[in-house]
Amino acid sequence: MPLIEIKEITKIYSLGDIEVKALDSVSLSIEKGEFISIMGPSGSGKSTMMNILGCLDRPTSGHYIFDGEDVGSLNRDELAGIRNRKIGFVFQGFNLLRRTSALENVQLPMLYSGVPARERKERAMEALKRVGLAGRENHYANQLSGGQQQRVAAARAIVNGAPVILADEPTGNLDTKTSSEIMELFVNLNEHSAITVILVTHEPDVAAYSKRAIRFLDGHLVSDTAQPTPAPLPGGDK
Amino acid sequence: MIDVSSTVKISLRSLMANKMRSFLTMLGIIFGVGAVIAMLAVGSGARQRISEQISSMGSNLLIILPGSTTAGGVRMGAGTQPTLSMADAEAIQKECPSVDCVGPVLSGIAQVAYGNLNWSTGITGTTPDMLRVRDWPLSAGRPFTNEDVRSASKVCLLGETVVENLFGEDNPVGKIIRIKNVPFTILGVLAEKGQSPMGQDQDDVIYIPVTTAQKKLFGTAFPGMVRVILVKAKGPDYMDSAEQDMTSLLMQRHHIGPRQEADFTVRNITEAMQAQEQSARIMTLLLGAIASVSLIVGGIGIMNIMLVSVTERTREIGIRMAIGAMARDIRLQFIIEALILSLIGGIFGIVMGLSGSSLVSALAGWPVLVSPLSIVLAFSFSGLVGIFFGFYPAYKASLLDPIEALRYE
Repeated sequence: MPLIEIKEITKIYSLGDIEVKALDSVSLSIEKGEFISIMGPSGSGKSTMMNILGCLDRPTSGHYIFDGEDVGSLNRDELAGIRNRKIGFVFQGFNLLRRTSALENVQLPMLYSGVPARERKERAMEALKRVGLAGRENHYANQLSGGQQQRVAAARAIVNGAPVILADEPTGNLDTKTSSEIMELFVNLNEHSAITVILVTHEPDVAAYSKRAIRFLDGHLVSDTAQPTPAPLPGGDK
Repeated sequence: MIDVSSTVKISLRSLMANKMRSFLTMLGIIFGVGAVIAMLAVGSGARQRISEQISSMGSNLLIILPGSTTAGGVRMGAGTQPTLSMADAEAIQKECPSVDCVGPVLSGIAQVAYGNLNWSTGITGTTPDMLRVRDWPLSAGRPFTNEDVRSASKVCLLGETVVENLFGEDNPVGKIIRIKNVPFTILGVLAEKGQSPMGQDQDDVIYIPVTTAQKKLFGTAFPGMVRVILVKAKGPDYMDSAEQDMTSLLMQRHHIGPRQEADFTVRNITEAMQAQEQSARIMTLLLGAIASVSLIVGGIGIMNIMLVSVTERTREIGIRMAIGAMARDIRLQFIIEALILSLIGGIFGIVMGLSGSSLVSALAGWPVLVSPLSIVLAFSFSGLVGIFFGFYPAYKASLLDPIEALRYE
């Protein structure tokens, strides 16, 4: 059974009298452990896809089966629960809490799932180590470099044991060198921790890290191609 | 579900991040709570002073005044016609079941001398029961007895003011003073009572047996005449029946028909005083109510700042929602923030109310009474205000759409 199964999903936004079909009967399935990139120009529907995949938005019609559960019909709080336990977000703008230490940022998802304080701290330390930020846990988010902030975000995404990381233009605010470091981190998490990575991007060289690429245009899924495994990377923790 | 201690930490941090703003927001609550406590303190202080004065007068008191004389069609003031007598007082004591005890009074002003000191004071001729009527204990010596009254002994009890003026620090008991040049033996000293509700010094007095006053000091229009009769009823519930019993008894004794005007008046002193206390109570409530308005205004200030804060932190709310905060988690966070603001404001407000009250009592000389209840009341009210005015901003925050919120710049 696929981890994610989307069946004929349509999303319509009403802007006054005009109805915009952001997604038009899209079907897609993603297996556990995939590294998939979603591409397309702006307005193609990839952001809408990303919001639906991330349980931030609900489709107008169609079914979304996530990990065996039909999440299309869940209410706001139930969706929040799914996001909390099963999806790790990494955003373009990092979206960390300012004036809050790396450690506390990473602890945040566990705060909302009721993990006791001691365990929260231990798990957050471990996650920070996993993304190569051991020793930085007490720095405030706004004192860290862009690459480091994105690593904190990645740690936050994996700390609650989510099977999926949803990365929305994760390298959009980073320089080339840092970008490739972050992408290597994702590859590493995908290969060594069996985390499914869904990457939304419009940069082909970022998408090149994924094993499968799908392309959107005008609300339709226009291509779905397997990509050769990228060149072997210097593995291990960064 | 998020745990409360973590939420408190988060809230404290965001309040600390905007120290000046948080402080200014709290100021409304600080003044509100301070005003409530200070106003209630002033009100209860006034009330307490009145009740003290009431109890210094003696409780459940009625007074019987003689009627007015009419001379050539001109009616003189109440009490100008001497109509009351010792026999009336004794009859009331015997025949009115709701009366506890009776104190007849024949009084006058006289010059009192001891050694080379002299002093003018009120001389009250009365019976031993008077001490019970007025709830007036002795601070030294012993009271005079009914035997002293029967034999018109020249004995007396001194009020504290008289003692101070004639004896200073010396013990007057057993000494002899001269009232209108008549020597009196001092049997005892009346305990200090302070001011009457009308502001008179109640301690500037000498009690002597009523018969001595009648026969040796002031003289009377007829034998056994007294000026007024003070009566203590058996309890607050007996006041009305005592008044009725005495009126009908005296009407009968003075041979006054039902259509005729009585030659005496019965007044309920305690009732008049209680009315005063009642008005002080209403005053306290009024002051408290006005002060609570400022507390509510402070609450609106909190709501205002919380709304600003929700807008400013839209992105933070979006992040929290994206990583799994439920609507109630967001709500709880903002309500706790508002609650912390109002409770910290409440604590400072208590300090302010306490210092404000002592300032009022020091500068204006008003009696103030800070009751623990008013502190608890004001503090919990400030907490309620925080929750009430924090709820709307918190609710608004919890309704944000995570996608929109994440996009917010």
